[in-house]
This record gives sequence, C-alpha cells and structure tokens, in this order.
Amino acid sequence: MSLITPDFGLIVWMTLIFGIVFFILAKWGFPMITDSVQKRADRINASIKAAKEAEEKLRNLAAEQSEMIEEARKEQARILKEAAASRDMIVEQAKVQAQDEATKIMDHARTQIAADKESALRDIRKEVALLSVSVAEKVLKKDLEDSGSQTELVNRLVDEIGKE
Amino acid sequence: MKKWIVILLSLLLPLALPAQEAQSADDGLTFDMDEYLYGHVRDSYEWHITTVKGKPVSIPLPVIVISKAGGGFHCFSSRHLEEGEYKGFYIAPAGSRYENKIVERGSDGSEVRPWDFSVTKNVAGLLINSALLLFIVLGTASWYRKHDAAEEAPTGGVGIMEMLVTMVENDIIKDCVGEDYKKYSPYLLTAFFFIFINNLMGIVPFFPGGANVTGNIAVTLVLALFTFFTVNIFGNKHYWKEILWPEVPTWLKVPLPLMPVIEIIGMFTKPFSLMVRLFANILAGHFMILGVVAVVFLTAKMGVAVNSGLSAVAVILGVFMDCLELLVAFIQAYVFTMLSAVFIGLSRQKAEIE
Repeated sequence: MSLITPDFGLIVWMTLIFGIVFFILAKWGFPMITDSVQKRADRINASIKAAKEAEEKLRNLAAEQSEMIEEARKEQARILKEAAASRDMIVEQAKVQAQDEATKIMDHARTQIAADKESALRDIRKEVALLSVSVAEKVLKKDLEDSGSQTELVNRLVDEIGKE
Repeated sequence: MKKWIVILLSLLLPLALPAQEAQSADDGLTFDMDEYLYGHVRDSYEWHITTVKGKPVSIPLPVIVISKAGGGFHCFSSRHLEEGEYKGFYIAPAGSRYENKIVERGSDGSEVRPWDFSVTKNVAGLLINSALLLFIVLGTASWYRKHDAAEEAPTGGVGIMEMLVTMVENDIIKDCVGEDYKKYSPYLLTAFFFIFINNLMGIVPFFPGGANVTGNIAVTLVLALFTFFTVNIFGNKHYWKEILWPEVPTWLKVPLPLMPVIEIIGMFTKPFSLMVRLFANILAGHFMILGVVAVVFLTAKMGVAVNSGLSAVAVILGVFMDCLELLVAFIQAYVFTMLSAVFIGLSRQKAEIE
C-alpha cells in the first residue's frame, strides 16, 4: 500500500528540488541553448536566402551579359555595314571626282593642244610665206635676168590679179 | 568490437549485483520474493548497495524528523535506526500501518507518524540526478556562452544535448503549445530532461543510480501538480469559459450543471493521469526487470542444470528488458512532456470565431 500513498516528506523535497532545478535551468540553462540554436537557424535561413538571391542575381547577370553580347554583335554588324556603305560611297565619290578631274584635265589638254596647234600652224604658215617669198625672190631673181621674161611675168601676174 | 563488449557487460550489470545478494541470503534463509521486489522499488532511510556475507552494505542517510508528540526537531544518521529505537523513533515493523516508515509513540501509546523530512534514498537520488542534470545542461549552455553558435555547431555531448533540446522544442513544445510557446519551453524542457535523467538513473542498478525516483508516486505527483498549476494559472478566458459555461445545450448546464461538473473533474483527471502513467510505467518496468532477475534465485535450489539453464534465459530476457526500459525511459519523458504541452496548449486556445 505504501507504493501508492505519496509520502509527505518526499513531496516537500521533490517540490523544493524540482523548483530549484527549474529555476536554475529556466534562467541559465535552456533559454541560452534554445536562443543560440534559434540564432543559428535564423542565420542559416538568412544565408540560404542570400545564396538564393545571389544565384538569382547571377542568373540575371548572365542573361544581361548575353543580352549585352547580342547587342554588341548587332552594333558590330551595323557598324560594319555602315563602314562598308561609307567606304563604297567614298570610293564612288572618289571615282566621280577622279572622272571629273580627268575630264577637266583632258579638256584643258585638248584646248591647250588646240591652241598649240593653232600657234604652230600660224608659225608654219608664216615660215612658209617667208620661205615662199624668198623662193619666189630667188626664182624671180633668176628668171628676171632678161627683160623679156620680166615683162612676161609682169603680164601674167597682172592677168592673174585681173582674173581675181 | 570492444565497444560492444562494454555495452553488453554494462547491460549485464543489473543481473550481476542482485545475484551476490541472493547467494548470501541463500546461506541461511529462503529467497524472500516480496522483500526482494518491494525492497528494490520502495523508498528507504539508507541507501542499500549490496550485502556481503549476510551483512548489508549501505550508505547511511540523514533522518530529519519533527516529533508530533512534542519531542521537537531531530536530525540523526539512519545508522542509529538499524539497532532499533533511537530517541523514541523507530522504523515501523512489518504489518504496521506505517510499515518501513519512521514512527514514534504517541501519548496514548499508539504509533504516530512524525513530520518526516528525511533525506531518504529517493531524495538522495533526486539530489544526485538533479546535480547531474544541472551539470549537463549548464555545461551545454556554457558551450554556447563561449562559442558563437551562429558560426559553429557543437559536436559530441553538447551536440547530443542540442539535438534533444531542439527535438523537444520543435516536435513537442512548438506543435502542442502553439503561439507563445517560448514562455513555456523552459518548464517543459526541464520536465522532459528531469524525468528522462531520473528514468535513466533508475535503470542503472548500482549507486548512484538505482533509486526508483520516477517510479515513486510522490515524485510524479509533484510533477503533475506543476503541470496542473501551469495550465490553470496561465489559462485564458476561453479556457475557463469552456469549463464553467461550455457550448452545449442549455439543459446540460441548468438547472443541473452536468457539463461544468464533468469539465471540472476533467481539470483534475488530466494531471492525475499524468501522475499515474509515469509512476506506473516506471514502477512496472522495475518490477519486470527484477522479476526476470529473480528467476535466477528462485531456481537456485532446483539443481545446477535447471538453474543454469533458466539463468541463461533470465539473462537474455534481462538484457531485452533493460533495452525496453531504456526505450520506456525516453518514451515516458516524451509522453509526459507532450501531454503537458497539449494541456497547456488547450488552456491557451483562442475562441473560435464563428
């Protein structure tokens, strides 16, 4: 029967001991442990969150990067195209300019040649006239040694002039 | 391998110790089963360790009594009681109303129980186990004080404690108490570890273990009372309304307050069940182990063959029982804490919005 009748002395002792143990553990024992564990759990959660964010950022960065590369490639293509176009234009322009220049030079040369030719012809004509006068002189000098022939010539000349 | 041998040997220890005792008892007397069983589970004024050649070897404990017959306050060693009466106090003999307890003679000559605050075997066990518990938990707490728990995790013993504390807090307290569990977690954690360590120390067969602390109804009564007061002091308005004016058809409340009476009885049956469950489980566990071991002594006079054969069976069964008790030690601590948490949770419930 003594097994199921609580002993008063033991109840008092148990209350005292359990009360003291509870007080000490509740003050210096368990809160310290649970708080520390909670702190670590919080930290781990925060770390996981941060890692996830970093991963997300990294993924965004990669996307951004590829976007940028794509853009750069497009820009490059555009620039190349433009360069080709402007090159073609410049070449075309140069061609036109060269053509113009050439035409100008040719024209200039042609007029020069023409002028030169003219002056040369004039010179030659003058020379030929002088030459022919001198020849004529010489011929006349020889032919007109006798007076008959001189008269004949004068006549012929007069005729000729008259015919004209 | 070595580890396993040590574990096996330690499991056999409860079997080895009482064996010695029985041999000595066998010298003169027959094996007294009742004395053997109850002697191991009841409280006593000295801590009996073993018996060598018919003489008990025990640690005397202080007896503290206040006489009701006007003898005043007395404090003396329990050794004095072995010889019989001392200062008017003596241990009540078998058959008395106060068997095995200290009594004195009243004025009319009848046996009177004095105010008895003796440090009995269970009190000493409580003190030792509590010191051990304080050492373990405060040791664990000091690790956290010295280290930044956010930066590193403990290993070894502190790690095991952290695992247990986290398990109790997350699985029991958080789930059962609900919202403001933080307020109750120190009490529930203390209850869990207090019961757990006392259960475990109760399985250890030799000093400083072996005191049947949690298998004593006074101890479980106090534990249950702590839960009872925690539940009822911090219970909210809704809790009291559920008890005094539950939402049932009015004829169940007026004129005969049927439901309130049932609810009020329920207030007391809850901690009562806590008390009896822990007490009965641990006591039954001790009885089972003791009973299995008793086979060795009961068959001692049946010849060598029967005795050794049945002893082998008893040893195997004893190992099994001890393992089972380890499990029970944990489960009962767990169940007590969980039910306490559930009762607290019920007293904190908010009224359902309809």
